[in-house]
Amino acid sequence: MRVTFTVNGRRHEADDVWEGESLLYVLRERMGLPGSKNACEQGECGSCTVRLDGESVCACLVAAGQAEGREVVTVEGLAEYARERDGSAPAGGSGDLAPVQQAFIDAGAVQCGFCTPGLLVAADELIERNPQPSDADIREALSGNLCRCTGYEKIMDAVRLAAARADDSAQEVV
Amino acid sequence: MEFLRPASWEEALAAKAEHPSAVPIAGGTDVMVEINFDHRRPTHLMDLNRVPELHEWEVGDGTVRLGASVSYSKIIDELAPVLPGLALASHTVGSPQIRNRGSVGGNLGAASPAGDSHPALLAAGAEVEVESVRGIRSIPVEDFYTGVKRNALAEDELIKWVHIRKADGPQQFSKVGTRNAMVIAVCAFGIALHPGTRTVQTGVGSAAPTPLRARAAEDFLNAALEDGGFWDNGRTIPPSVAREFAQLCSGACNPIDDVRGSATYRRRAVGVMARRTLGWIWESYRAGGNGRTTEGGARCA
Amino acid sequence: MAPTTRPTGTPTKLEQGAGAEAGVGDSPLRPDGTLKVTGEFAYSSDMWHEDMLWGCTLRSPHAHAEIVSIDIGEALAQAGVYAVLTYDDLPTEVKNYGLEIQDTPVLAHGRVRHHGEPVALVAADHPETARRAAAKIKVEYRELPVVHNEESALAADAPLLHEGRADHHSPHVPHPNIVHRQPIVRGDAKAAAERAEAIVTGEYEVGMQDQAFLGPESGLAVPAEDGGVDLYIATQWLHADLRQIAPVLGLPEEKVRMTLSGVGGAFGGREDLSMQIHACLLALVTGKPVKIVYNRFESFFGHVHRHPAKLWYEHGATRDGKLTHMRCRIVLDGGAYASSSPAVVGNAASLSVGPYVVDDVEIEALALYTNNPPCGAMRGFGAVQACFAYEAQMDKLAAELGMDPVELRQKNAMSQGTVMPTGQTVDSPAPVAELLRRVKAMPLPMEAQWENVGGEPDVRALPGGLSNTTHGEGVVRGVGYAVGIKNVGFSEGFDDYSTARVRLQVVGGEPVAMVHTAMAEVGQGGVTVHAQIARTELGVARVNIQPADTRVGSAGSTSASRQTYVTGGAVKYVCELVREQVLERGRRKFGTYHPAWATAELLLEGGKVVTDGGEVLASLADVLGDEPVEAEDEWRHRPTEPFDLRTGQGFGHVQYSFAAHRAVVEVDTELGLVKVVELACAQDVGKAMNPQAVVGQIQGGTTQGLGLAVMEEIVVDPGAKVRNPSFTDYLIPTILDTPTIPVDVLELADEHAPYGLRGAGEAPTLSSTPAVVAAIRAATGKALRRVPVRPEHIVEV
Repeated sequence: MRVTFTVNGRRHEADDVWEGESLLYVLRERMGLPGSKNACEQGECGSCTVRLDGESVCACLVAAGQAEGREVVTVEGLAEYARERDGSAPAGGSGDLAPVQQAFIDAGAVQCGFCTPGLLVAADELIERNPQPSDADIREALSGNLCRCTGYEKIMDAVRLAAARADDSAQEVV
Repeated sequence: MEFLRPASWEEALAAKAEHPSAVPIAGGTDVMVEINFDHRRPTHLMDLNRVPELHEWEVGDGTVRLGASVSYSKIIDELAPVLPGLALASHTVGSPQIRNRGSVGGNLGAASPAGDSHPALLAAGAEVEVESVRGIRSIPVEDFYTGVKRNALAEDELIKWVHIRKADGPQQFSKVGTRNAMVIAVCAFGIALHPGTRTVQTGVGSAAPTPLRARAAEDFLNAALEDGGFWDNGRTIPPSVAREFAQLCSGACNPIDDVRGSATYRRRAVGVMARRTLGWIWESYRAGGNGRTTEGGARCA
Repeated sequence: MAPTTRPTGTPTKLEQGAGAEAGVGDSPLRPDGTLKVTGEFAYSSDMWHEDMLWGCTLRSPHAHAEIVSIDIGEALAQAGVYAVLTYDDLPTEVKNYGLEIQDTPVLAHGRVRHHGEPVALVAADHPETARRAAAKIKVEYRELPVVHNEESALAADAPLLHEGRADHHSPHVPHPNIVHRQPIVRGDAKAAAERAEAIVTGEYEVGMQDQAFLGPESGLAVPAEDGGVDLYIATQWLHADLRQIAPVLGLPEEKVRMTLSGVGGAFGGREDLSMQIHACLLALVTGKPVKIVYNRFESFFGHVHRHPAKLWYEHGATRDGKLTHMRCRIVLDGGAYASSSPAVVGNAASLSVGPYVVDDVEIEALALYTNNPPCGAMRGFGAVQACFAYEAQMDKLAAELGMDPVELRQKNAMSQGTVMPTGQTVDSPAPVAELLRRVKAMPLPMEAQWENVGGEPDVRALPGGLSNTTHGEGVVRGVGYAVGIKNVGFSEGFDDYSTARVRLQVVGGEPVAMVHTAMAEVGQGGVTVHAQIARTELGVARVNIQPADTRVGSAGSTSASRQTYVTGGAVKYVCELVREQVLERGRRKFGTYHPAWATAELLLEGGKVVTDGGEVLASLADVLGDEPVEAEDEWRHRPTEPFDLRTGQGFGHVQYSFAAHRAVVEVDTELGLVKVVELACAQDVGKAMNPQAVVGQIQGGTTQGLGLAVMEEIVVDPGAKVRNPSFTDYLIPTILDTPTIPVDVLELADEHAPYGLRGAGEAPTLSSTPAVVAAIRAATGKALRRVPVRPEHIVEV
C-alpha cells in the first residue's frame, strides 16, 4: 500500500508498504530518517519516541497505515520544531540544536546514544507542557525511556539544565 | 495482509461483517507488538483511529459513556473526578507514550487478565456496549471476560462504548509489579465505595484466568459495614474486619506461577492491597465529612 | 555484481576543535555528541544500501535435539527469496568459531545444543518475506535429554555437550562437561581454620543477567568486486571478529574489510560474534548487500549472558575480627558453548577473596557446559558473582562477631603491598579502607521523601512507584555497604596490546592531529579521551578521530576496563613518537637559530614548540610545513602470567580497581517491593582522564548492579528454555527505579599505567549489587542469598 504523511514539516510518501510495517520501519527504512531507534519494538523502551499529531508515542506501535495524513516530528526535526515553537533563538539552543539537545551534550547525558533520540523527544515534550518540572515530574515523564549506559543521573541534569535555561531566557524577555 | 481504513462507525461494522478475521487496531499497543514479534499475522488490520465517536466521551447523570479508543492520558487528565479508580489504574499503564495511545477498549478487546483497567471497571461497575451489523448488545463487564485473552465479542462485533458508573464515593487502585514504572501487573486490585447503595465493590486483576470481583469479600464487608452502622457513624473499620476482607479477597484468587510471580505471592499481595486500599477509601470517606464522627482513626495498615 | 557505492550510514571522521581546556583531565564535550542528539549518528542498524536484502535467522526451538533433516525447498521457492543457507552451504572446512575455543557452529550441524541456536539463514527482499520463508523451512528434530545444572552435567550418564574435546583445557578438567577449572591454594586453610574463633558459611546464587544494550545486533555486509566483503558492524573488537570470520568465509583477512558502525552499548555482549558471519555468507552467495537486524526477542538469543553462579563460601575470623581463612567453591554455568568462560573462571577464582587480606585460602572455580544459553562476557566478568557472595559473607561475619560491618571490612582491607591469593603482590594504591570511609561519611538522604505536607503522599518516591501500592504502610528503611575488586585489562599471560596511528599536519594554517585506531567506541567516550590525549601530547587544539576499522592494527577489546589504559596508552605512546619526529624536524630546520633546540627540554603547547621554561621556539605550522608527520605502533601493558593449573599462583593481573557503595533502600516489607533511595559510590580511578565521563561510567555501572540486585534475570526453565526473552519480562531499571548516585572519585596514581590511570568501567558494577542487598537485609532481617531479590524472597511466601 501507499502511505503519505508529514514528517518534520515535509510531505513524505512511501510505496509498496507491507501492511504490517510500523511507522518506525517506514521512517527508518523507507524515508531515510533512521534517527528514531529500534531498540525493542514492543513499546518498552521509548527509543522510537516521536510526536504524532503532537503526542509522544512509540513509533514502533503505530501501524504505518495509521499515520496516513498525520503530522510526525522525529528527532531529526526537533530543532526546527523547537525553533518554531519557542521563537527564533530558543534558550540554550545553539545554531541547529534545540535547547534540550544542547543540554544533553553539555550535561554528559549521551553515552552510546541509542536511547538519546527518544529521550530528547520525550524531554522536549515535557518542558513544552511543564516548563519547570520537579525532579519527580522529570522521572515520571521519562519513565518510558530506558537508558542502559548513564544511570540516568546526567539525563536528569540535562533536563534540569534545559528547563533552567528556558526559564532564564523567559525572565530576560520579561 | 490488508489494511482497512473505515472512516465511520458504520463502515467499520460493515468491514468487520465482511471480514470477521480482521483485527481492529486503535492504539496498537498490543496488536503491533504481536505483529513486530511475528506472533500474529491477521488477514486484515482495521484501523479504528478514524472513527470519531470512539475518541469521544460524555459524562451523564449516573454514568460516563467512554469511547473505546479514548486514551489513558485523556482519562487521567479529563475524567479523574468522575472516574477516579479508572484514572488511577490508567496512570499505572505502561509509560507516558503507551498511555497516549492505549485505551480501555483495547484492554477489553485483548482481555488479558493483566490488563490494568479491568479491576477499576469491575469495582466501579461498567457495561460494555458492542455492536455489529446485526445490532447492539450491552454486556456487564463481569460477563465480558470469558477466559485468558478471550472475551464475549462475537467475531463480527466491535466495542463502541464503555458505560462506567460515575463515582459516588472514593475509589482506589493498586498494582504490584517488580519495577517502579512501565511494568505489567503481577496482580492488581481495584476498590470502590458506593455510599449511594451502601456497598463496596472490588476488582482483582492478574490473579485468575479472568479479571474478577471478590464477591464473598464484598458480601462480608457490606454486611460488616451495615451491621456496625459504619456508613452512619463513620467509625474506623476495625482491623479484624479489614483482615477478614483481605483474606476473602486473597481467597477469590485462582492464580498461576509464572515468570512474573508465584501464585502464593499473588494471593498474598492481593490481600495486602485489599486491606490497604480499603483503609485509604474509608479514610477518604470519613475525611469527606461522611459519617457522624470526625475523630481520627488509624489507617487500616 | 554488487554496486560499488558506499552505503548510507558509512561513518565519517569525527572532528573537534577545542580550547586548551580539552586535554587530559578536562571534560570536553563528546566529538560525536552533536551527531547523536540530532539523529544523524549512524548505528549499525541504520545502515542502508540501495538494492540491499534482509537476512533472517531460523533458530532452534529446542534446547537439545538431534537434527534429523532440514528441507529448504518450500522456503527457497518463495517469491522474493534470494538464498537459504544451512550448514551444508558453508564454503570451507572451518565451520566453527569462538573467542578462545572454536566450539560454536556457524550454523547447527546435526545437533542443536541450546534454545535459539542458529540453524538456517534466509536472504530476501523484505524482512517479512525473509521471516515467512524461514517459517517454511522444515526442520525435523529429535529431542535429547538436557543438561541444565551441575548435577545433571556431571552425572554418570550425562550427555556430553562436546564429545572428543581437544581444546587446551580438556586435558586438565575433571569432566568433559567442565569447560575449565581453576583451583587456588595458598597457605594452609585447614590449619588456619583451627585458629578461627568464628566461622560463617553460606551458599549464594546469582541469576543470569543480560547486557541488555539498547542497540540490537545488526550490520550490513556488502560484497566487493574483488570477491571480498565489506562489513559495517557494531562490535567490541573488530580484529577478533575478523580472525573468526575470515576463515569461515575462506577469505584472506585483507579481503574482509570491517568498519565500526555506531554501537548502541555493549557491556560484554558484543565480544562474541552474532550475525557477522551470517550476513557475510548471505552477501557473498547472493552478490547483494545484506542487512541483518535482530529484534529484541532475537537479541536475547543472539548474544551470551552473564554466567549464573552458585557459590559456597566459608570465612573464619578471630574474635577481634581478623580474617583467618577463606574457602570457596564457585560453579559458573557456561551454557552450551565456551565463549569466554575460561577467562571468567580465572577471574572468579583469583578475585574470589575480594579486597581483603587473607593468607590461607582454598579456592575452586569452574564453568560447566550445559544446554542453557551460552554465557560469556558481561561487565564485571566473574568478579560480580564473587563479590555478591563475599560481601554477604562479610555482613554475616560482622553479625556473628557483633561488629560494625564497615569496621570489619576496613580491618581486613587490602592495601598496596598486599599479597593476593595468587601470590601476586599488589604494587599500586589499593585504598579499600579509605573508599569505605568516604562512602560512609557522605550525608544520608532525607527520611520519608514521599511525604507531602497536607497532601497525598507522592507515590513516585515510594516502593511500587506509580503502581500505588503503599502510602507509607509497611515501609522500612535499610542501609548497606559493599566494596569490590576487579582486574583491569586482559590477564593470565594474554598479549594485550593496542595499535595507534597518529598523523600531525597543517590544515588551513593550523596544526591538526589525526588519530586512527580500531578501538570500538561503544558509548564509553574513548573517542573523547583519544582527542584529549592528542591535545595534551601534541599541543594542538584540533583533532580528527578517524573511523575505527581494520585498515589499522588491533586495538584489542572494549572490555575489561582496558580501553583508556591500553588504546589510550597506545595513542599517548604514538603521539610521543610523532612529537619526537616533529622536534627532530624542528632541530633540522631551525636548530641553528636558537641554542635551546639542542639544550632545553622541549614541549608542544598551544600549537607551538616551547622550552620547559616557556620560551616559544617555533610554531608547529612552521616546523611541519607541507609535510605531515605520521607514526604507527603497538603498545602493550606489562606482561602477565598464566595461573598455575594446580595452585593458581601467578602474576595474573596487570592492575586492580576498587569501588565501594553505600545503598539506602526503602522496602515495603509486606509486599516485598523495593525502592532504592540512594546509591552512593566512592571509586579510585588513578587519574580521571575525563571527569564527566568517569562519573558517567560509575553511575551507569552502579545502575546495572542495581538491576541485578532487584529485577534483572533471564529465567531459564529446567528444560533449558528461555522464558522471558523480551523487555516486557526482562526488566531493567527505569529512571523511576534509579536513585540519585553521588560519586566521590579518588585519584591515586598507578605509576605503571599511562597518566597513572586505573581502568574504571567495571568496578562500580560489582559492589552496587551486594550493597543494595545488604540494605534490603538490614530493612527486613531476611537472609537473601540469591540475586535478583524477588518480592517472594522478602515476604517469604
